[in-house]
Amino acid sequence: MRKIMRVFAAVIVFSLLAAGASADEEKWAGVDEVVVKKIAREANRPGAEPLIPLEGDAALFAFLIAGATGGFVGGYYYRELFSRKRKE
Amino acid sequence: MNRRTILKAAVFPVPAIILSAGPVHAMHISEGILPLPWAALWFAVALPFVAWGLRDLRRFDREVPFAKPLIGLVGAAVFIISCMPVPVPTAGTCSHPCGTGLAAVFIGPALTVLVSSVALVLQALFLAHGGLSTLGADIVSMGVAGAFSGYGIYRLAGRIGVPWYAALFLAGLVSDWATYAVTSFQLASALAAPGSTGQMFGAVAIAFMPTQIPLGVFEGFLCVGAYRFVKARRPEVLMALGGGAV
Repeated sequence: MRKIMRVFAAVIVFSLLAAGASADEEKWAGVDEVVVKKIAREANRPGAEPLIPLEGDAALFAFLIAGATGGFVGGYYYRELFSRKRKE
Repeated sequence: MNRRTILKAAVFPVPAIILSAGPVHAMHISEGILPLPWAALWFAVALPFVAWGLRDLRRFDREVPFAKPLIGLVGAAVFIISCMPVPVPTAGTCSHPCGTGLAAVFIGPALTVLVSSVALVLQALFLAHGGLSTLGADIVSMGVAGAFSGYGIYRLAGRIGVPWYAALFLAGLVSDWATYAVTSFQLASALAAPGSTGQMFGAVAIAFMPTQIPLGVFEGFLCVGAYRFVKARRPEVLMALGGGAV
């Protein structure tokens, strides 16, 4: 099992490095761009603006805040569930 | 709270920040893509499941001793996982896992629909990920299909004597694939020209495959890893949940 997890971790690290290396080439589009929106455009349903449109780095900022908030909430409940037990 | 606990709480979000720090594009159907009658139909399909989840929340809270932290942790995990873009080298594209198979194993499918709905509302409101008009469709594909298919295969595998790790792997794999299959159906049924729904469903599903086949496998391993962690660290959580199916 440990071996599998190591291979799995190596695959993730490789994927992230590969993504970083290819960032300049405009690769790694999301499947919603290459599948969902493409199909929608072909069907004349290009979609509408979201309620809060996120342009440029505002999207990065929003996702960063979301990741941090989700991480802190998860960390808080992780502590409740796992760390408190060790103290008891 | 000692220093080590504070350090752990501070370090926990780091992978989440690194992985989710970028606009994510995947199964969530964006704002305005579905025509209004279809959007309304998917809301009608989703609402009973959300109501079921709300009812299940009270029962779960009554019966399971650590319901609140468990639901909180699982909810945060679903939120992060479902906006975590994972690059898939074989396809050259990015997509996200859903986390609903994993969530369904721990808190049940109805509660998973509920936490998925909360995650999807937040993503639609603040991250331009998905949309408010397409919320019903996204709840049905990620919440309902993902949770019930993952949970169903997990229980079935347990009953026929499949080892726990294989059952968990299947839960993650099937929930991911079911989510994207339902998204394909939602798009095809709403956008295809009359008489070509089946053809469009096939085309959309095939287009998802290069990314989602490896990601489904990823989600399977994610399920096994998380379950194994809980099993080793706090097995009484699994006992309180009925000992798990396997």
